[in-house]
Amino acid sequence: MSPIINQTLQLADTCLILGQRNSEWCAHGPILEQDIAITNITLDLIGQARHFYQYAAELISKSENKTITEDALAYLRTERAFKNWLICELPNEDWAHTVLRQFFFSSFQLLLFEELEKNSDSQLSAIATKSIKEIKYHIKWSSEWVIRLGDGTEESNNRINKALQILWPYTGEFFMPADYEIISVGPLQEKWLLSIKEIFDEAGLTMPENIFMQSGGKSGIHTEHLGFILSELQYLQRAYPGAEW
Amino acid sequence: MNIQIRKFYYGDIPEETGGNSTSIKTTQESGWPLWEIFIRSKQGLDHKHAGSLHAADAQMAIENARDVYTRRQEGVSIWVVESKYIHATNPDDAEMFYEPAADKVYRHPTFYDLPDEVKHM
Amino acid sequence: MSIHELEKIFQDKIDKEIKIEPKDWMPEAYRKTNIRQISQHAHSEIVGMLPEGNWISRAPSLKRKAILIAKVQDEAGHGLYLYSAAETLGSSREQMIDDLHSGKAKYSSIFNYPTLTWADMGAVGWLVDGAAILNQVMLCRTSYGPYARAMVRICKEESFHQRQGFESLLVLSKGTKEQRDMCQDAINRWWWPSLMMFGPKDSESTNSDQSIKWKIKRKTNDELRQQFVDMIAEQVKLLGMTLPDPHLKWNESRKHYDFGEINWEEFWNVVKGNGPCNKQRLEARIKAHEEGAWVREAALAYSSKKQSRSNAKVA
Ligand SMILES: [Fe+2]
Ligand SMILES: [Fe+2]
Ligand SMILES: [Fe+2]
Repeated sequence: MSPIINQTLQLADTCLILGQRNSEWCAHGPILEQDIAITNITLDLIGQARHFYQYAAELISKSENKTITEDALAYLRTERAFKNWLICELPNEDWAHTVLRQFFFSSFQLLLFEELEKNSDSQLSAIATKSIKEIKYHIKWSSEWVIRLGDGTEESNNRINKALQILWPYTGEFFMPADYEIISVGPLQEKWLLSIKEIFDEAGLTMPENIFMQSGGKSGIHTEHLGFILSELQYLQRAYPGAEW
Repeated sequence: MNIQIRKFYYGDIPEETGGNSTSIKTTQESGWPLWEIFIRSKQGLDHKHAGSLHAADAQMAIENARDVYTRRQEGVSIWVVESKYIHATNPDDAEMFYEPAADKVYRHPTFYDLPDEVKHM
Repeated sequence: MSIHELEKIFQDKIDKEIKIEPKDWMPEAYRKTNIRQISQHAHSEIVGMLPEGNWISRAPSLKRKAILIAKVQDEAGHGLYLYSAAETLGSSREQMIDDLHSGKAKYSSIFNYPTLTWADMGAVGWLVDGAAILNQVMLCRTSYGPYARAMVRICKEESFHQRQGFESLLVLSKGTKEQRDMCQDAINRWWWPSLMMFGPKDSESTNSDQSIKWKIKRKTNDELRQQFVDMIAEQVKLLGMTLPDPHLKWNESRKHYDFGEINWEEFWNVVKGNGPCNKQRLEARIKAHEEGAWVREAALAYSSKKQSRSNAKVA
């Protein structure tokens, strides 16, 4: 498959898997107002995933001369074909884990999509433009929560520090290039670290140093969690092949 | 079956009737304060009271209002004010407040009879 | 003014269709009835998120997933609007939630039934939201202003719920044999519980009609139930499915559908806590609330820190 298809699938899978994780909060949030807030982010992510899948489906259909749908891509590919960033598939631990992951994720997503927006592929560029508006809100929302929890109570500070230990090793993957990537991600790291540091300073959090970084998601080497996510996500399409819903 | 049947509406089930009791810690916590939300539905219109919600501070109240009250593009601008700062007239004063305006009919344009020939007035 | 006079003024307002507003004088029983009804309605919206939330992770297409999430999220909004309306009567949200969790306050029993297959998402939208909408449309004209306004907002959002449910069943009804079976099975399981949502028969209610006199409620249980049966009995034909009631038949002289007897023993059992999911539903709510406690506290702690810092700066 062409680099552009792989890149599109990576972004589609990434948005879908984080959307799937975040959707676990729906009906279980810490307070109604925030249940609604995180669910809005979930809907944005699933919307972004759909745009990328639809575009990937269009490209694949053209190149392979058959009709592929967004759902075939989301529901009928297997673990090794998924290209999402590992950080998305980690299980929700608690609210601190969720808001910190969202903050890391969205802060990188913004930098990446600003590059994508400049890409000569007009479809990808258009999806990026539309998504950036959403992402900016996600950063605002999640960074405020990071500050609140970091500078809130002793318990919230402990919890966000624990989340930090879990999540930080998965942030390195953002900047490790995969051979098909059409955007050079390495140079985004410096800017990303600065934006994280700015919020961390306000939250009273310290950025870990010299941590070994996990990677593999972009090329289909996942954590053990992804298989379980997919078996739930894809269950109906697998159980009733070819059915329309 | 010896059950006293009582009227029971959707969302109105008598408290005495059955129910499973699970033992829970009742919360001593003081909740997030209540905020009143005003939304401008489009440029050129007034902000209108949309409802209320809970938030820890003003910034969060604005964001919660965005998430709760503008999911279907109901607004382009949001005001929030903590409910405790709303001051209101007392319904008992309604007569002296609002009724004296009732007989000032001359304030209304329809009070004035003009010949039909007068246009645009 | 004597209580008697105040009550008379109050009832006059109601009779003249003048809404009652939070600061107006109202009989204590009116306040209490409203708090109970509004908060139980709110609880129903919130607990109602669980049976459907159940299928979000397994929705069979990305479109259906987005629709389902948006729908369940709307229900959170409905709960929120209703809690806010009840708060205008002097009951705090914490208190209401505590009452739900302790089992003191009730919610609609329908949500104690399990959602077993994907078709249940369609059946719930069509039948359960459909039944709720009939109640809610009526409540848009309820006498207490904040409740009526919340209902207007809710009804606007609610119509998409029923439509998406029906449309989702329509797709199943045109699908494979397995999908059609799934569709019929879901209708079979949700039909009777939906009828129960309207409450006991009018003839068996010993409660006075105070709620009607106060125009909190404006139609009786049986009136609403009949309206629902008449509506659904026609719609089900478009699905090419049937309702599981051998007595369901058009009655030309009444100009209504006749239908069979509801299993009231099951009804009271579920109200009393013996439904298939009563325990799980409540536990899920309690868990979310308890696990959220530290989050709510942290936000408050941060906001007061921020406040005192900015005060210090000013000083
Ligand atoms: Fe509902
Ligand atoms: Fe609702
Ligand atoms: Fe609904």
